[in-house]
Amino acid sequence: MKVILDSRQIEQTLTHLVDRIVSDAPAQPDIAVVGIRSRGEVLAQRLSGRLSQRLGKNVPCGTLDITLYRDDLNSPKGNAQPQVRTTEIGFDIDDKVIILVDDVLYTGRSTRAAMDALVDLGRPRVMKLAVLIDRDGRELPIQADYVGFKADAAPGQLVQVNLVESDGKDEVVIE
Amino acid sequence: MVSMRKSKQFKWQRKHLLGLRELSREEITYILDTAKGFEQVSTRSVKKAPPLRGKVVVNLFFEDSTRTRNSFALAANRLSADIIEFTKKSSSVSKGETLLDTARNLEAMGIDIVVVRHGAGGASRFLSRNIKACVVNAGDGFCEHPTQGLLDVYTIRKIKGTLEGLKIAIVGDIAHSRVARSDMWAMTKLGAEVTFVGPPTLMPTQVDRLPVKVSYSLDEIIEKVDVINMLRIQFERLGGNPFPSIREYSHYFGLTVERMNRAKPDILVMHPGPINRGLEIESEVADGRNSVILGQVTNGLAVRMAVLFLVNQAAAQ
Repeated sequence: MKVILDSRQIEQTLTHLVDRIVSDAPAQPDIAVVGIRSRGEVLAQRLSGRLSQRLGKNVPCGTLDITLYRDDLNSPKGNAQPQVRTTEIGFDIDDKVIILVDDVLYTGRSTRAAMDALVDLGRPRVMKLAVLIDRDGRELPIQADYVGFKADAAPGQLVQVNLVESDGKDEVVIE
Repeated sequence: MVSMRKSKQFKWQRKHLLGLRELSREEITYILDTAKGFEQVSTRSVKKAPPLRGKVVVNLFFEDSTRTRNSFALAANRLSADIIEFTKKSSSVSKGETLLDTARNLEAMGIDIVVVRHGAGGASRFLSRNIKACVVNAGDGFCEHPTQGLLDVYTIRKIKGTLEGLKIAIVGDIAHSRVARSDMWAMTKLGAEVTFVGPPTLMPTQVDRLPVKVSYSLDEIIEKVDVINMLRIQFERLGGNPFPSIREYSHYFGLTVERMNRAKPDILVMHPGPINRGLEIESEVADGRNSVILGQVTNGLAVRMAVLFLVNQAAAQ
């Protein structure tokens, strides 16, 4: 197990992400963040707080559960059985600029599921993707608009993001 | 996909839902938690999600039903499954085909889930042992109606937070009620105290062997309960004369405004439907502020989506 980001570096990475989003902000008046359960949810809450502060206006934050949109539900080789949880987006996403937030972008399959889930909820004007960690191994033609940190991980390795709110401490490790 | 990090996560493993008697408290809770995630599918702009895309569900109903059959059909549709409607009257059953032959023929068409209602107790279990598809019991004889039991506890839990320690009365034609039995199993497993209320002639035989209290007087318990579930008299199943007249039954076991005035102010009034207004429940009570009868129907959809989703998941793995 190797630590690739400690809590101070995660902090810096988030600041970097917020800077990039804010610099695009004049072109994106109606902005909102939506986190993909479960680490993306925590990251989206942090980003929404910082963005609200920096932009001087409320940036709404929602949570998306993508279980029903996974492409491995009917595959016998599928992961451990996913628990269906709630999607909580308390605002209208029509015509908004939605920043999808996830912890790690790897195969791109979670992002594909999230895009399909979001489209069933309404029609955002623009959808963008922000991730804390980007790593090689894409299986779909998907790229992030905002990348916090590019990790070098071999195919069999697990990049795990731990966050205070869900795991007790901020840390990104490779196993 | 995101890897699963909680190694001790509960795993649903049943490809059939035949009754609540055999389910653990943990399994029941898991279904209820799953149903929570399905509620919002019905409230958003696109009322459909894809997890059962390409699957075929058969509604195999040998007894009349509107609520349950439509609810299962809509649940299957919202999960993107295809649904075949089968009713006894318009099928080869009227030409003498047996339950098993009917099911095997449907299976030969490549179906994935059979939702079955049948007048004989154990019909769904019999099917589950003889066909490969998933089987969901939508009511068998006087035995069980598991999705009704689940939606009832879901409704109670949603409003009261928990069933632990609640006093619940189930009133009326207990003997002919599969709802009463499924309710009893779900409610007692989740920690509620259940009392069956009705005339002795409408109590099941050997009721003393069930995990419930029995009362022959609605007046005796109306002040004490947190939830009251009123059942319909199933005239189509009644033999003999279990009570002297409808009026007398109504007088002793009807939920009236007068009785509601003696009940706890936050009592939940439930009814599995169809309602006979003025018989087991007065209109003012059925439509009153304590009534959650229409909420039950709404919740039933989410619960049935969860059940179809889970049995299909178990079959896939």
